[in-house]
Amino acid sequence: MEKMSRVTTALSGSALTGRTMHCHLDAPANAISVCRDAAQVVVAGRSIFKIYAIEEEQFVEKLNLRVGRKPSLNLSCADVVWHQMDENLLATAATNGVVVTWNLGRPSRNKQDQLFTEHKRTVNKVCFHPTEAHVLLSGSQDGFMKCFDLRRKDSVSTFSGQSESVRDVQFSIRDYFTFASTFENGNVQLWDIRRPDRCERMFTAHNGPVFCCDWHPEDRGWLATGGRDKMVKVWDMTTHRAKEMHCVQTIASVARVKWRPECRHHLATCSMMVDHNIYVWDVRRPFVPAAMFEEHRDVTTGIAWRHPHDPSFLLSGSKDSTLCQHLFRDASQPVERANPEGLCYGLFGDLAFAAKESLVATESGRKPYGGDRRHPIFFKRKLDPAEPFSGLASSALSVFETELGGGSMSWFVDTAERYALAGRPLAELCDHNAKVARELGRNQVAQTWTMLRIIYCSPGLVPSTNLNHSMGKGSSCGLPLMNSFNLKDMGPGLGSETRLDRSKGDTRSDTVLLDSSATLITNEDNEETEGSDVPADYLLGDVEGEEDELYPLDPEHVHPEEPEYVLPQEAFPLRHEIVDTPSGPEHLQDKADSPHVSGSEADTASLVPVDSSFSLLSVSHALYDNRLPPDFFSVLVRDMLRFYAEQGDVQMAVSVLIVLGERVRKDIDEQTQEHWYTSYIDLLQRFCLWNVSNEVVKLSTSRSISCLNQASTTLHVNCSHCKRPMSSRGWVCDRCHRCASMCAVCHHVVKGLFVWCQGCSHGGHLQHIMKWLEGSSQCPAGCGHLCEYS
Amino acid sequence: MAEGEHEVRWDGLCSRDSSTRETALENIRQSVFRKAEYLRSMKETLHRPSDGLSNAVSLDGLNKLLAHLLMLSKRCPFKDVREKSGCILKSVEELGIRIPRPLGHGPSRFIPEKEILQVGSEDAQMHALFADSFAALGRLDNITLVMVFHPQYLESFLKTQHYLLQMDGPLPLHYRHYIGIMAAARHQCSYLVNLHVNDFLHVGGDPKWLNGLENAPQKLQNLGELNKVLAHRPWLITKEHIEGLLKAEEHSWSLAELVHAVVLLTHYHSLASFTFGCGISPEIHCDGGHTFRPPSVSNYCLCDITNGNHSVDEVQINSAGNISVSDSFFEVEALMEKMRQLQACRDEEEASQEEMASRFEMEKRESMFVFSSDDDEVTPTRDVSRHFEDTSYGYKDFSRHGMHVPTFRVQDYCWEDHGYSLVNRLYPDVGQLIDEKFHIAYNLTYNTMAMHKDVDTSMLRRAIWNYIHCMFGIRYDDYDYGEINQLLDRSFKVYIKTVVCTPEKVTKRMYDSFWRQFKHSEKVHVNLLLIEARMQAELLYALRAITRYMT
Repeated sequence: MEKMSRVTTALSGSALTGRTMHCHLDAPANAISVCRDAAQVVVAGRSIFKIYAIEEEQFVEKLNLRVGRKPSLNLSCADVVWHQMDENLLATAATNGVVVTWNLGRPSRNKQDQLFTEHKRTVNKVCFHPTEAHVLLSGSQDGFMKCFDLRRKDSVSTFSGQSESVRDVQFSIRDYFTFASTFENGNVQLWDIRRPDRCERMFTAHNGPVFCCDWHPEDRGWLATGGRDKMVKVWDMTTHRAKEMHCVQTIASVARVKWRPECRHHLATCSMMVDHNIYVWDVRRPFVPAAMFEEHRDVTTGIAWRHPHDPSFLLSGSKDSTLCQHLFRDASQPVERANPEGLCYGLFGDLAFAAKESLVATESGRKPYGGDRRHPIFFKRKLDPAEPFSGLASSALSVFETELGGGSMSWFVDTAERYALAGRPLAELCDHNAKVARELGRNQVAQTWTMLRIIYCSPGLVPSTNLNHSMGKGSSCGLPLMNSFNLKDMGPGLGSETRLDRSKGDTRSDTVLLDSSATLITNEDNEETEGSDVPADYLLGDVEGEEDELYPLDPEHVHPEEPEYVLPQEAFPLRHEIVDTPSGPEHLQDKADSPHVSGSEADTASLVPVDSSFSLLSVSHALYDNRLPPDFFSVLVRDMLRFYAEQGDVQMAVSVLIVLGERVRKDIDEQTQEHWYTSYIDLLQRFCLWNVSNEVVKLSTSRSISCLNQASTTLHVNCSHCKRPMSSRGWVCDRCHRCASMCAVCHHVVKGLFVWCQGCSHGGHLQHIMKWLEGSSQCPAGCGHLCEYS
Repeated sequence: MAEGEHEVRWDGLCSRDSSTRETALENIRQSVFRKAEYLRSMKETLHRPSDGLSNAVSLDGLNKLLAHLLMLSKRCPFKDVREKSGCILKSVEELGIRIPRPLGHGPSRFIPEKEILQVGSEDAQMHALFADSFAALGRLDNITLVMVFHPQYLESFLKTQHYLLQMDGPLPLHYRHYIGIMAAARHQCSYLVNLHVNDFLHVGGDPKWLNGLENAPQKLQNLGELNKVLAHRPWLITKEHIEGLLKAEEHSWSLAELVHAVVLLTHYHSLASFTFGCGISPEIHCDGGHTFRPPSVSNYCLCDITNGNHSVDEVQINSAGNISVSDSFFEVEALMEKMRQLQACRDEEEASQEEMASRFEMEKRESMFVFSSDDDEVTPTRDVSRHFEDTSYGYKDFSRHGMHVPTFRVQDYCWEDHGYSLVNRLYPDVGQLIDEKFHIAYNLTYNTMAMHKDVDTSMLRRAIWNYIHCMFGIRYDDYDYGEINQLLDRSFKVYIKTVVCTPEKVTKRMYDSFWRQFKHSEKVHVNLLLIEARMQAELLYALRAITRYMT
């Protein structure tokens, strides 16, 4: 004892010094507490209870308070606290419900002073009064808090929280009579020590248990609470109702919270599970911790600031059986590691990015958008001199507008909406999609579709493939011939594409192509009026496409027409043979010249057999019908899909994948397919093409994709009368016992399509609401909400 | 050919809209009659032996339909469906086709049918629960019908189960049911296995898997070991078990999947306890739940035979019960008196620390020996045993074999602080649901004991809860284990021990012989405590291992 007091006097008065250090304990710690002289720390746990002196370079064990050979549960500590007025006085809370006080001034080896066995369950927390020498408060699992006067044998008063268990009790530092207690059910209560009959105030602070609380050392009435819901909240208790001032979202349940001395907005937290680090937060910046201590290898169980007026020393005990002193200057600062660069596309193609100021300043070529729009997002608050790392993460924000129509993706949207992916025979799907692509001016894609059709739908293949396929064939006997005829018109089409390709490079943008497709459409109109008398050869494809579109709608009507089409088909190949043959090689050359050829071997390769096949039509069919197995092309098709995907046209890759189904799926590995699917679905969703994306999900064969549809299928609705969420059933409200799906216009129960306002929960029949909102902007239910229908 | 084209769809019946239900029923009626007619015409016109097979197949199909209809007529929460399906059955009978009738005596073999709530007489709250359950699963199972003694708990239970099986989660649906089957099979619980085999097939599971664990993917096979240890000796789970599952290259589990699987396993282990503990009868539409034979042939069901419960037993118990009415009356009085005493003298008498520790050890050790005398091995029916290997690995008496259950201190790792946080981190929302379920089960009380009202039963409930945890080596520092000895008598301990550790050995005699004066609803209440405490104990061990693996 004498030695200890000497140490105390030696250190008191001088400024604290030390370094980041740790020492090994024999057992996991549950709690720590610092002596008021800042030179000693007590560590308590299930099988450890020791006092360590904090020296310059190391911790030195001073005293082992566990005496006697027999382990006693009275010594299995859940919490420990050192009196801040009397450096000889300690109190512990035992897991078996006993509160023990310790007097270091006792001459014997056993320093145990008093034993209070009033609690029936584990005592979670003990707390000394900050200024009163003899007042001790305890909070227990049995739901009671007890106030002890150490001069007496038993408790002075008992406070009942009317709840299951008390997790923390803390005397207010500023208000003499007040203490706060937190509960397992999420409540925080404020008590007057003189009024044990009922609490002064009670409010729900967290969802689930509130594990800890701490009064602000300077600001009267500021209380920080931490809970299992991973939040730290700062409450202002001076107002009539406890007001939540700040909320910090951490990544794990909060076990302890301690305000940092001398820094008004800082607090330290540690968590109960999973996360081993100690964080110091600036409550005004709730997303990135100001500092982080990563020394511990297991959960941190106790934290304490070494001195009430020194913000740079933090002590901590952990389940990994170490005691640590952390120096603030050695802390790692997550802000440093944070990436201050950000990039985001706006809805209309605007681009905004934030970058470190220094980087942006040196950049000369770019002009920030507008003078006013340029401002650093991290500089919104005033610089705090106490803030040790201001300016570390300041970024400049720049916004760029895209030139109008430049990066337009309308071709993507159109294609996505108009492509047919399933529900018809393969040949029709291919033709339809080829037509769509051609109309959008994407001739290369169109050609690919046509070729796919030739590859997979030629008559010779039919017997070798499955039943489905042959059914498709049976319904359209003229198809194989149409193939060839389709190819004929590709020559000019290709020509136009390559021309465009040259002018546009790889962008495949529609702006330029639009006019050509427009002409196509007008021609097509002419075409219809002229019937089978076809004037321009390259329009033939469109005629046929048109026929295809009609086909499923009105099969009986179309069938008789088929012979009509077959006849000219016979004639055309002969007539245009000369035109065709050169077109193939020409195309090849063009491809070779064009800037994006690198990955296009697939295309050129897949062209070869096709080219050879249509030089002499009647023979060519026989050629590969008989000799080439269907697998012959699968390599080429696979390469082609890869090529499209690499070019960024994942739409094509996925569409082909879906349309061809089993025929190619086995050649491409699961992962790649999955990758394509997810990219495409992501793109579709960005363009709000929910229906298409859903269809794609549905048609996908990959398990991980198709299960996307089964996730998050819950729709939460509120009752339109009481506006509370309807928890158990979606159609009748538990609270007001009324059917919720009433039409606000006609007051009948809605069956089928129900539309409702997300703002006021009122709604009704789709038709009624549409009609109503045409005439009025207010909610039909008369609630005064300005509903919008879009 | 006739049956292939007209697949019967039951899902329309789950609708809350009565007209939808009616059309669905009408469709069912038509297809039933089509089948019946077809069958009759087959019988009349064709007598060639080659048709015997197809005939049998279609008869089988029809019988399945009829069994399902029978179930609906008894167990559907919607009155219109009950009546209509009853009508269909009657008119089928008039066609000269034999119709099934339910076997056994209501949802539970232990509880007389008249004690259990009849479908149709439930109040609004219960009806809502029934309707929810029916809408989600297309049936109202016997477990639900027994649990409805405690609607507050049932609601939480169904919500949790629904979430585990059907809502967002890392595991695919058929995996979930398969894990349920694996877990139930550990306790040879054919009731749950049958139920989930149906569900498993319904969500598109591969029927091959059902031939045994070795036919399932390697990933699920790896889970077998954890399943085994968790069911019988959860204290042996180490982080090596966890590591083995998480680091198995292409067959490895993710942490989230593992937590989902662990929750499912523990849920079904404890549900198996409930099934046996309350003597749940087979579902009407499952095997063993109905018969096509006329009533005179047999009057007890298969399960009764295997458990040695002949109807003769019942008579004996009854006569014994009559004699000892006054006896058991004193039982309740004595128990209440003990509770009062404990309440009163708690503060005075303070046992020493060593005394407290030894009481726990004693209780733990003793719990090993508490066993029913009839230790005959019930060989599992082949049907169930194929779902798990190593049938011999069961809960064995460890102290007797020199094995020691290590002590697990709740104050160092408890559900509220640690387990919850871990589960909620890896499988969001489920932590919350299970937490609620534990809370409801632990705090559920009506302040009644047998014929007494306004009794504070918290002490008794805590004793039961802690006794179960004690069997698993889980110790509460702040509990005096002497209380257990005072409050729980031997027959009750035998029952608890059997239900929790070897549920397949529970007999009606055991169920009847404890707490003889208590109501059936109170015995079901005890079962709820048992299964939740067991689930928490298993979860604690598994989650602690996962936590250790993570740190």
